[in-house]
Amino acid sequence: MRFLFKTDYEDDIRLFPHSGYIYSYGLLLAVLLLAPYVLSSYLMSQVVFVCIYATVGVGLLILTGFTGQASLGHAAFLAIGAYTAAYLQQFNVPFPVYFLAAGLLTGAVGALVGFPALRLQGIYLVIATISFAFIVEEILARWESVTHGNEGMRVKTMQLLGTTVSRDGPTFYYLCLAVLVLTIVGTLNLLRSPTGRAFVAIRDSETAARSMGINVALYKVKSFAISAAITGFAGVLFAHKLSFISPEMFTLQLSIEFIIVILIGGTFSLHGAVLGAIFLVMIDPFLTYLKDDMPGVIAGVAATLGAGTERAGHIQDAVAAFASANGLKGAIYGIIIVVFVLFEPLGLYGRWLKIKLFFQLFPLYKRATFKRQKIYVKSERNR
Amino acid sequence: MLDFVQQLVSGIALGCVYGLIALGFVLVYKATEVVNFAQGDLMMLGGFFAFTFIGMLGLNYWVGFAGAVICMALFGMLAERLVVRPILGYPQFSIIMATIGLGYFLRSVSGMIWGTDDFKIETPFSQGVLRIGSLVLAYDKLSVIAATIILCALLYLFFNRTTLGTAMRASSENMLAAYYMGIPVKRVVSIVWAISAAVATCAGVLLAPITFIHSNVGLVLGLKAFPAAVLGGFGSIPGAVVGGVLIGVIESMAGFYLPQGWKDVAPYIVLLAVLLLKPEGLFGLHVRKKV
Repeated sequence: MRFLFKTDYEDDIRLFPHSGYIYSYGLLLAVLLLAPYVLSSYLMSQVVFVCIYATVGVGLLILTGFTGQASLGHAAFLAIGAYTAAYLQQFNVPFPVYFLAAGLLTGAVGALVGFPALRLQGIYLVIATISFAFIVEEILARWESVTHGNEGMRVKTMQLLGTTVSRDGPTFYYLCLAVLVLTIVGTLNLLRSPTGRAFVAIRDSETAARSMGINVALYKVKSFAISAAITGFAGVLFAHKLSFISPEMFTLQLSIEFIIVILIGGTFSLHGAVLGAIFLVMIDPFLTYLKDDMPGVIAGVAATLGAGTERAGHIQDAVAAFASANGLKGAIYGIIIVVFVLFEPLGLYGRWLKIKLFFQLFPLYKRATFKRQKIYVKSERNR
Repeated sequence: MLDFVQQLVSGIALGCVYGLIALGFVLVYKATEVVNFAQGDLMMLGGFFAFTFIGMLGLNYWVGFAGAVICMALFGMLAERLVVRPILGYPQFSIIMATIGLGYFLRSVSGMIWGTDDFKIETPFSQGVLRIGSLVLAYDKLSVIAATIILCALLYLFFNRTTLGTAMRASSENMLAAYYMGIPVKRVVSIVWAISAAVATCAGVLLAPITFIHSNVGLVLGLKAFPAAVLGGFGSIPGAVVGGVLIGVIESMAGFYLPQGWKDVAPYIVLLAVLLLKPEGLFGLHVRKKV
């Protein structure tokens, strides 16, 4: 176990606390840079989605994880970013300009949502953000002169610095990766600044934060704006990746998926957004694998256990029918959410920390280290 | 004028449906300060149970209705035991997520079991209309209105006049203190979930002739019931019904008088306005914490 001796404040807020971080993250970055040369094009496209979802996850973490303001409306911010890009593209606006414009516009909308949200707490905030997302969805479907309504909009191939960036090519992947890395680094910097500390203070206790002289309203609006802007940036990439956008892509379902990302990853650290995005996006290839290969595997196991060829064939058919049943994905989503909330509230990153601590403290590890406190005195009603 | 009255009545009938679902939210919220995002899906499941009993097994309507209510009450207890009780006392957001997950699961599984078609239940009042002058009222809509009024009154009396109701209010206020006072908090929470699942089933069965039952009905109507619950003030039983009726009337008026598209967003615009101007709702209690 390594002991870090911190002698001044700079040591405490360092991005890389010790050289191990630089090596491991450097290695990770090298692997990610080499990925397009190794992985198949289908997996690469999933990795691009991981980058986009992780970017949204980081944005959502700033709001939900660090400022404690739940939002089930982030699909709307994503939609605003995507539609801004698609709209500006029609006038031959260059990519960097509409990329920034989408972020700024989404940030402004986020701030606008933040103002009414100041008075709301907990469940009311969740419902308000859901309503906001519904209204945006409806506007997208009805404002046909700009959004083409339910017909959707075609997004042209990206032109960057005079070259064409195909949505399946490695350059687009590098662009998404760069956006993700910059977002993470920017957010880490934000979180160690006074603003980030104010966010965390508001999350932990609004009353305490206010009595420490933090302008709660200002920081909440800031948090909304930053979170929305990051989601807007991700929206531009999302639009380019899909090359076609329509209002029914940005439903409550998508907002819930974003919440699942941070819930599964862990809401207390930026690692959570990335891990959660990997988990959520990779469920699809995994389910396809289950659908294609699992029946055969199970039948094989049954046959070796002495079930007979005919019986094994029946089992194979039954499993195949089950695996291709409509709605299996939804059921698995549901189970995953419930299981994580019940048994792994700190998410995948929390599990990683637990495993790490287990080996660091071996044989002294105690489960209670990570136990959450239960509060039976409900204060939500008279906060 | 006649159009207006006709719209008003159909709005009230629709609103009563929202109100019935909102009643479920309010019950669970009142007793545990948990918001059950799966309420609409419990309603859907109740409808499917009733369909199985009445449509597939061919039982009498009322027997099937009662059977579905009992099954769903047990199911509500089971869901509470498995999903909610382990995380009682944790931040509200965890519980919201858990119920969202539960809703996902119920939706998909019932889609797998009953398929994705629309189902209809034959009811004693699905035929026939009541005519008052030139006003035409369908019996199925009137049945929803009547059931809502009866259920609302019963639940209001239950919460305010019975010992169990008082125990529920106490455990909502402060679970620990209620437990010290000898209230079996766990059982109380369990019973509340059973009641709210039963109410949801009533909504589902009464709704079946109007909107049909399909696996997504819970999501659609459940989300409309939120504005109703918020408008009435989460935690007020008459408020839920009044809020539901208001939302229903607004929706039906917006659909009739405003351009296309307003019908679906109008409830949410009203909701946002209410949250901005009077976050505690029409009948809600809102006390600011003093430090």
